[in-house]
Amino acid sequence: MWPGAVAVALVVVATLAIGSLGLRLSRTTSDFMVASRTVPAFTNASAISGEYLSAASFLGVAGLLLTFGADMLWYPVGWTAGYLVMLALVSAPLRRSGAYTLPDFAEARLGSRRVRTICSVLVVAVGWLYLLPLFQGAGVMLGAALGLPTWIGPAGVASVVLVNVIGGGMRSITLVQAVQYWFKLTALLLPAAVLLAVWLGDGRPDTERLGRPDFPTDVLAWSNPLADGGAQGLYLTYALIAATFFGTMGLPHVVVRFYTNPDGRSARRSTLLVLALLGLFYLVPPVYGALGRVYAPELAASGESDLLVLLLPRIVVPGLGGDLLTGLVVAGAFAAFLSTSSGLAIAVAGVLGQDVTGRSWGGRRLGGVAAFRLGAVIAVVVPAAVALGEPSAGVATTVGLAFAVAASTFAPLLMLGIWWRRLTPTGAGAGLVVGGLGSGAAALTTLYLDGPAGWVGVLAARPALWSIPLATAVMMLVSLATQRTVPPGVRRFMVRLHTPEALDLDRG
Amino acid sequence: MNEPRARRGWRRRHLGTDAELATFRTLHTASLAAPALRAGLSQDSAAAAVPHLRALLDAPAIALTDTADVLAWDGEAYHHAEHVPAIVAATLERQGPRAFDRRDLRCTVRECEIRSAVSSPLVVEDRVVGALVAFDTFPGAGLARTAEEVARWVSGQLELAELDSSRTRLMEAEVRALRAQISPHFIFNSLGAIASFVRTDPERARELLLEFADFTRYSFRKHGEFTTLSEELRSIEQYLLLEQARFGDRLAVTLVVAPEVLPVVIPFLCVQPLVENAVRHGLEGQPEGGRIRISARDAGLDCVIEVDDDGAGEDPERIARVLAGDHENDSVGLGNVDARLRATYGEEYGLVVETARGAGTRVIVRVPKFAPGVLA
Repeated sequence: MWPGAVAVALVVVATLAIGSLGLRLSRTTSDFMVASRTVPAFTNASAISGEYLSAASFLGVAGLLLTFGADMLWYPVGWTAGYLVMLALVSAPLRRSGAYTLPDFAEARLGSRRVRTICSVLVVAVGWLYLLPLFQGAGVMLGAALGLPTWIGPAGVASVVLVNVIGGGMRSITLVQAVQYWFKLTALLLPAAVLLAVWLGDGRPDTERLGRPDFPTDVLAWSNPLADGGAQGLYLTYALIAATFFGTMGLPHVVVRFYTNPDGRSARRSTLLVLALLGLFYLVPPVYGALGRVYAPELAASGESDLLVLLLPRIVVPGLGGDLLTGLVVAGAFAAFLSTSSGLAIAVAGVLGQDVTGRSWGGRRLGGVAAFRLGAVIAVVVPAAVALGEPSAGVATTVGLAFAVAASTFAPLLMLGIWWRRLTPTGAGAGLVVGGLGSGAAALTTLYLDGPAGWVGVLAARPALWSIPLATAVMMLVSLATQRTVPPGVRRFMVRLHTPEALDLDRG
Repeated sequence: MNEPRARRGWRRRHLGTDAELATFRTLHTASLAAPALRAGLSQDSAAAAVPHLRALLDAPAIALTDTADVLAWDGEAYHHAEHVPAIVAATLERQGPRAFDRRDLRCTVRECEIRSAVSSPLVVEDRVVGALVAFDTFPGAGLARTAEEVARWVSGQLELAELDSSRTRLMEAEVRALRAQISPHFIFNSLGAIASFVRTDPERARELLLEFADFTRYSFRKHGEFTTLSEELRSIEQYLLLEQARFGDRLAVTLVVAPEVLPVVIPFLCVQPLVENAVRHGLEGQPEGGRIRISARDAGLDCVIEVDDDGAGEDPERIARVLAGDHENDSVGLGNVDARLRATYGEEYGLVVETARGAGTRVIVRVPKFAPGVLA
């Protein structure tokens, strides 16, 4: 109990101190050469990874692997490969567009306030859908690690996030997020190394030798992860791949990080490094999954698989060593909760502060900071309240739905906006609405109707495979029908998006 | 049969008398033509305006011309466009309205009924820029009078357009002035400081001369209304190096820059004049020297840049007058930067100046990380 409590307390204190003491880690100097140096691609890549790796990655992946086996490796593969799609299709042109947020991109490309508003609504929707499982997961985790009742978790994490965001969260400090990545990696890697050493010391037991028949060790299953579950299994796998591959580019807290890159070229380089860093990180959770099958298979049966990473060190290494490792893992998991949910809360609060609380209501208009703070309260309280009312549906599953909504809306907008000159505001708006309503309805069905049986339930649980093509088709067809409203200056904008910085060219 | 009458009665009661309706229709038609004309006289704007102007005149055909030929034609009998150059020439010669009859408008088209035309010059700032030509089936004084009035109204709209474009040109001229604003004092003093090093420290003199060249190249660069904060900071560095060569240890500079905001796009030369002001006022009457602090930090959707000095400060009233556009003093840079920030980002993004006599000065620039149309 105590190592978890100490670890959580330390992480909370450190987070709040960095946020509120204004430790900006910006450079105080009289040396311009130092001060005007932009963030190196590697630091930026670490920061993107640090903000991106949520509790779903830290805890969820190992739990899924424990319960469902190798099929679930598609989650980490997809979460990493999303950056591959971004690298190839989006990152450099998006940076060159000058946009800071996703609504900014819509406005820059299409020159339409209405499409911007639709994007703002979607940012809030995706942000809330992502925050919900994070708060729920935090509740489960704190309950297990500290022995607290489940409701304290969402409330506690939400309060810490709120204080952090309001106190200093408007400063998105790259270096802090970069350190976060390396902290999370250490917190997961070090215990994993110890566990592996113990496992080797035990003579490399496997599930069969321990006489546990609950998990068949069919070696072929690992090489053929699509076979399970027939046509529905095949659909679910491909839908998961579609959602994760295309959802990453539509995550509001990830996109803003790319702005820190000075140009398109460095944005591309950061993305490449992110691929490497995420690939490195995702090597570790499967170790927990595999060792969990050996040492703690009962967790899968009792529905506590999300807690595998937290509980395994103490099961395998009894005594003080296990306590210390547990403390480290708990700290890492809690940091993962805080960093991702703070990033999301800032993104949602920014949109709310600009487009909702910053508007004039009944003749009164809040100033920038006050509007942002009120936006932050709304951004955090809504998903926290929902998380209190609903038991967890599995962290990774709900996060998957958030990816699906992002993939069905922002992915077509970004890819068509960057690569297709004939996109019109009307077409983009129609596609966003259709994709958002389709995937959103599917997400709500899955979360609140307990997943209807049969194909309906399957299609609703992983909507991406039908909703992405649907949204894309609507966007293209409506655009083709409204070619008269292609925004002026689209060719010039395309030249700006796609010309390498090294070319000397009048981009005005 | 009763229906139409009843409806007419309703209309009369609700939309006013015939006179009121006529006024409304005329002004409404005029207002439809106005936006196009406010863009100035060109083929596009003329084409957009002529249908409404013909509705005002109730003529079978009209043309808008520049000082040579037709810009846009509306109505029948387009073959008469061949007569327009002669009509325009005659109008220009007379500098006033003119009427033309069938001898001026000979044509071979059998069914053509055009027999007369009236032409009125379009005058902008006492200069004829074109003409409004109206054609009719018979000569009459009525059309001539209306055409003259409509031409006068069109001239008024074109003058407003001229005003708009001269306001834009003024803005551009101010930026150019700011670029060329490197004060002669700064050039003399810099060159003097460099000269003083030529013998004692030739290497430093060479470096300073290169900084001077880079600084002037940036300030005089031709194209581009915007730049990035990091490029602006580089120019500020060069400026400060030159000033430090002159003032030595009397000028202390501190920088607090969040690297996240370096790629932010800002209007060209919108921070450097503030630093120049700070140097000038921060060192004024302070023999022991002054301290300048330049900071740029991340504020969510915005970026906040501050320039502080610990100099003599200024009367807030006077700063308010400068920001209101009063050019009576040497703080031209301040008013210009403020005006350009407002013009670029909107009214809520103006300069904020915190100062009092003897308390130093802090100038705060707030720019959004993204604004439509703002690209380096």
